[in-house]
Parts: sequence; structure tokens; C-alpha cells
Amino acid sequence: MATSLKCLLRSGKEAAAAPAVGDANRDLAAIQVTVRDALNQALDEELERDERVFLLGEEVAQYDGAYKMGFTGIAVGAAMAGLRPICEFMTFNFSMQAIDQVINSAAKTYYMSAGQQPVPIVFRGPNGASAGVAAQHSQCFAAWYAHCPGLKVVSPWNAEDARGLLKTAIRDDNPVVFLENELMYGVPFEMSEESLSKDFTIPIGKAKIERQGAHITLVSHSRMVGHCLDAAAVLAKEGIDCEVINLRTIRPLDVECIEGSVMKTNHLVTVEGGWPQFGVGAEICARVMEGSAFNYLDAPVTRVTGVDIPMPYAKILEDNSVPQIKDIIFSVKKTLGV
Amino acid sequence: MKTMLAIISNALCRITGKNAGAQTVSELLVDLSEYVNLTSPQAAAPAAPTARRLPPKPPPASAAHLVSTQTGRPDGPGARVVVSRSLSDFTPQATFDIKKCDLHSLEAGPPEKAELTREQGLQYYHTMQMVRRMELKADQLYKQKIIRGFCHLYDGQEACAAGIEAAINPSDHLITAYRAHGYTYTRGVSVKEILAELTGRKGGVAKGKGGSMHMYAPHFYGGNGIVGAQVPLGAGIALACQYQGNNQICVTLYGDGAANQGQLFETFNMAALWKLPCVFICENNKYGMGTSVERASASTDYYKRGDFIPGLRVDGMDVLCVREATKFAADHCRAGKGPIIMELQTYRYHGHSMSDPGVSYRTREEIQEVRSKSDPISMLKERMLGANMASVEEFKEIDIEIRKEVEESAQFATSDPEPPLEELCNHIFSNSPPLEVRGTNPWSKLKSVS
Repeated sequence: MATSLKCLLRSGKEAAAAPAVGDANRDLAAIQVTVRDALNQALDEELERDERVFLLGEEVAQYDGAYKMGFTGIAVGAAMAGLRPICEFMTFNFSMQAIDQVINSAAKTYYMSAGQQPVPIVFRGPNGASAGVAAQHSQCFAAWYAHCPGLKVVSPWNAEDARGLLKTAIRDDNPVVFLENELMYGVPFEMSEESLSKDFTIPIGKAKIERQGAHITLVSHSRMVGHCLDAAAVLAKEGIDCEVINLRTIRPLDVECIEGSVMKTNHLVTVEGGWPQFGVGAEICARVMEGSAFNYLDAPVTRVTGVDIPMPYAKILEDNSVPQIKDIIFSVKKTLGV
Repeated sequence: MKTMLAIISNALCRITGKNAGAQTVSELLVDLSEYVNLTSPQAAAPAAPTARRLPPKPPPASAAHLVSTQTGRPDGPGARVVVSRSLSDFTPQATFDIKKCDLHSLEAGPPEKAELTREQGLQYYHTMQMVRRMELKADQLYKQKIIRGFCHLYDGQEACAAGIEAAINPSDHLITAYRAHGYTYTRGVSVKEILAELTGRKGGVAKGKGGSMHMYAPHFYGGNGIVGAQVPLGAGIALACQYQGNNQICVTLYGDGAANQGQLFETFNMAALWKLPCVFICENNKYGMGTSVERASASTDYYKRGDFIPGLRVDGMDVLCVREATKFAADHCRAGKGPIIMELQTYRYHGHSMSDPGVSYRTREEIQEVRSKSDPISMLKERMLGANMASVEEFKEIDIEIRKEVEESAQFATSDPEPPLEELCNHIFSNSPPLEVRGTNPWSKLKSVS
């Protein structure tokens, strides 16, 4: 019984046809990998690397089920007793039902026990807006989870982020909330040979400057990073040089990276898919004000966010509920006063 | 004091018809209790043991370890009456009838007889009495405002914790809700560390950072504040046991108040599907906070609520009954048959917590009746005395020893310093490099280490 349960939990999703990443292809400089494949490969490798790692959740392995609070609690209990579960939510909206287990049973336990009881667990799943799934399935939970001490919260953008951060999250001895994005799953990215190696990890808590620039800093996470880069390309033609920071981690926030950039460009725009109030951008504003970069600002920080409404269904309404590239361009120009 | 004892002794002799000076005061008191039993209306007697009760014999003159009997010479506070007897006087082992368990989806249940050795009996007594005194001490400290916040006391339910621990191994796992002090003790944490945690000192088992509901030990996962949340956790621990193939089980406790929660039924489903080695135990103390079970549940047969999971209903005031039922349940799990539910019918003397006097939803008479007829500690003691497995003096010795330990622990708990402020931010993350934590204002940068 034990062995068959093990197999059930460790078999992962039905192996989708993944590109042959290895052997001959390693000779090529880079290879195209979708975010979905990057995640699956990382999962496979980590499952193999450590016996204690296993998958649990809705529609994983062969198990069809939707018992959110129950299986989240079971995952946390297993982590307390020496295993390293990866608990998957079909979307993070469902995690709201199980959020008590994430916060009160996972995040706080190491502290409450004064270091006696670690909880090495990863909660992963798609977060934020998707396409046509309407209000109850489109909320961004970055701000909710990042509010809580005891959790690490990461939000990868591209395939390299997904792979490196997931490996780090699984190897971390603490509860990590891993916010993916459904619309990014199918997007291919070039991955270097180094990033395809088995022990490629990206440190939690370190942002990445995706594009160097001199005039203004754009800070973002997840899918919006791509939007920022697209906006930067358009603005470059008009002579505006944007620096684009990919946060990679929401908690702990890499304030140093943001401050360093602001001290260079003197202008800051935050871009996120989530709602504005008490959100990621709000936190960045507060932190920049409290720190050394404040005196370098030539203008107040601008936040570009999702519209402050439940997500509508009709395509035209949905499209206008999240930041578009034109919104970012507009905000950059306003911040620069041009 | 000397004259006082003489007066008492004489009075007792007159009542019981014994010769003055022929017996110690304690022996006279025992005879008095027998006399009272004979002359008062029949009360519900505990199950008669198979060995007949004999009156205690006077100490043999040849016994090497005779301690002075003190009918007239007390020294020190409270006359300590000690009579030493050789161990060959006592019955080393006896078999007792225990109540039959109600069964759900089970062909057979635990045995209806329990064997008890003298050593076991004294050990169970010691455990239960220690928990009792510890909880009463906590009550006292709370009223003195030395303990604050939440304090959910366990007195009355000691047979559950003691009986369960007697039936499982230290390598098995246990998780419970917030009425957890008793289990913290039975799972190996000292009274000193428990009380110091309640008073929020650095010598507490969680260094003062957890408090009443968050105490942990190896293979003991607390102490959980959110009603019902510990049940899926317990199944997860059982999953880990099965996954690791270590033949261990997890005992997962919850109360009648939590028994209607949705997450329990989600958990039952998965535990049954995957045949997790989990013993789910409902401690039914008849009240969920202030709501009686009749007012709270459409079905109060908590042992049947697992539906497709077999269950048994157990007399939770009898430590032997609890032990036998838990053994049965543990064997069931270890045999790979999947989870099982036990309902322990028990009672708490205190209210739900220290802020609940506990008499607005139940009568004082009800509490008193349970105390006099079903107290777990008295039941065990009377059984053992009845079977001549120990003496009154021995129990008294144990009581004194326990009282001393609890007193010393309380002393420690009130004098130990609070945790240093440097500890404030530690233990956020395990095995991580030190990090900076924002204090109450932007200039306050605090340090956190693992």
C-alpha cells in the first residue's frame, strides 16, 4: 500500500510531450522551452532528487478531487512529519478556502514552536487574471500572501524564472507560495544551457534587471514584466530609455535592487495585475519613501494596476480591467512629465 | 497537634469500634470509609475486582525498612503518616471488567477485560494526578493574572490522555486541539516547561513564544488554535508514516464542537481512500464551549460520523477502557486496514476556558455528580485499593511528590525571566540566513535568525 501510494503521489501529471532537453540539443547555444515545460521538468528533477518530495492537490497524478481545505491540511501535516510536499491548487482562488492551513498551520508554526517545527512545503498554482474565467477565478493573491510573516512568496515570469525558482522553493525548508500565471504557461522562452542544468536555482529574494535603462525604472512581476518590456521597446523609439526590473520574489522584496535603480533613473513606475489598494505597488511606494532612494525621486512614484473591480466576463470588459501596454506607456510619460 | 491527632484517633475508634492505639490514623480512616459505605445507601459501585479486598495488615516486625509510625509524634507541617510494608503484601497484577464499547462497522471490538499490573496502575495514577494538579495550578496562576490569554483546562479528562499514551509508542505521533496541556505532558514535556510556557517565560517549552495552545515536542504537533484544523494535519502526518513505511500511526484528536466541521469530512474521505494509519479520536465532553451536544449536532453518535470509517464509543473516564480501545484502534491501523474513529465519552470540570465559569449551561449538580461517581483518578485508585494492589499511604506518597513537583514548577514558572527582546524576531524561517525585520517604525531594523 505504501509503495502504490508513493507512486500515485510522485507520478506527476501525464507526461506531456516535452522537447528533448538534453543530449544533442545541449550543443546548441539556447533552446526554446515553454513555462509549462520548464515547470514540469523542474518538478520531475526535484521528485527524482529527493525521495521525500511528492505532489498533492487537485487533478494531480491520477487523483481527481477537489477537497481543498482537507488536502491542504494533509499536505501541511505531511511536511511537519518529515516529507516535502508540493501542494497544487487548480488556481489560487481555491486557496482562499484553504488559506487557514497556509497561514495558521504552515506560515506561523516555526515561530510558535520557537524553532522546533519547520514546515518545508510549496504551494503552487496559477494566480491572477486568466481569459474569460470571470470574477471568482481571476483574483491576484500576491498581496494577500505577501502580507504574512513566515511565508516566502515568489512570482516567476519566464521559463528560466519558473525553473530556477521552483527548484529553490522545493529545496527551501520553509513554506513557499509559488504564484504562476495561466496565460504564461504556453509561452516559449529561450533558455541557456546553464539554466537547464539539474542544479540551476534562482535565489529567493533577488530581483533581476531584465533591461538596463537610464530615464525611468519599471518594476513588475509575472506576466506584466513582458508588458513592461514591450512598452519599453515602443518608448525606446521615442527616445525614452526604460530600466525594467523583474521582481521574481514578492516577499522578501528586493528593495535594494529597486532603490539602486531609482537612484540612477530618478523615476519609478510599478506595474501589477492585482488591485491597487494595499497591493504590491503600494508596498513598493512605502518602502522607497522610507529608504535612501526617496531623495533621488524627481516625481512621485506611479502605480499601474488592475482596475479596482471584480473581473468581468465579456472580452472587451476583461481586456480593459487589466493594465495594457498603452497604459504603461501613458503612465511612463506622465511620470516623466513629457 | 499531638493532642489533635489523639482526639481524632479516639473519635475514629469510637465510631469504628477498634481499639485505640492498635492502628494508625490512616488505617482508621480507611475503616471509617468502609463503615460509611456499609451504612449509606447503595451508590453505583465501580466494577468489582476479582481479588477480594482485605483490610491492611499491620507492619511486620521484621521488615528492614520500617519507618516510624506516628500516631503521636508529628514533626513538620501536616502529620505524615507513613507505614512501610513489604511488596509481597500487594497483588502484582489483576484483571478488571471494563465497559463494552459500542461498535460501528466492526465485527468485534476491544476486549471487555483489562489486565493491570501494580506498576502500570501506579504509573497511570501518577500521570493522571500530575495532569490534574498541573491544571489546577494553572487555574490558580490564571486567577492571579500570572497566566493570561487563552487557558483551556483538561481536568476531568485525564483518563483520555493517560490511556492513549499507555496504548501507543513514543515513536507514534499525536496531534490535538487547544485543550492540550495534558497531552503535552504525556508526550514527554515536563510540568516545569509547560507552566513556564503558560506564564510566557524563556524556560517554556516554546521559549514563551507559543503560549497555551502552541506547545510542541518530538512526535507531538501541538496544540492547535483553529478548531478542526488539526484533523487534516493529523491525516497528513499519517500519510507521512505510510509513505515512509515506518509502521507508525498518528492519533488525531478533536472535540464534539469540531465534529461537524467540513474539513473533517474531507479528511475522512481521503484517509479512507488512501487507508491512512490514522486514529481519529473525538473527545466528547458533552459541550462545545457553551453548547451541549444535543443543541449542536443532528447526530450525537460521533463514533458513527465517519460513515464508511469504522468506529467505537468508549468510556473516556476509565483509563483502562481508553487504553484497551486505543490498542485495538492502533492495531487496526497498523494492520493496514485504514483509519478508525474512537469517541471517548468524557467530561471537563472547568468551563470551556478560564473566561467561562462553566455553570451557565450546565448545573453544579451535574459537575458534582461526575466528580463523585466517575472521576477517573478516584476510579483507578479505588480499583487498585479494592484489589489490594497498593496502599492508601502509597497513593498519598505519590500525591505529596506530585504536589511538590507542581509547586516547584510553578515557582520556576513565576520566577524565570521573560524571553529577551533580542529573541523577538527569531524563528521566522528554518535553516535560512539571518534577515532584517522591520520594527514598528522605519528606523527600527530588527534582526531575525533561524
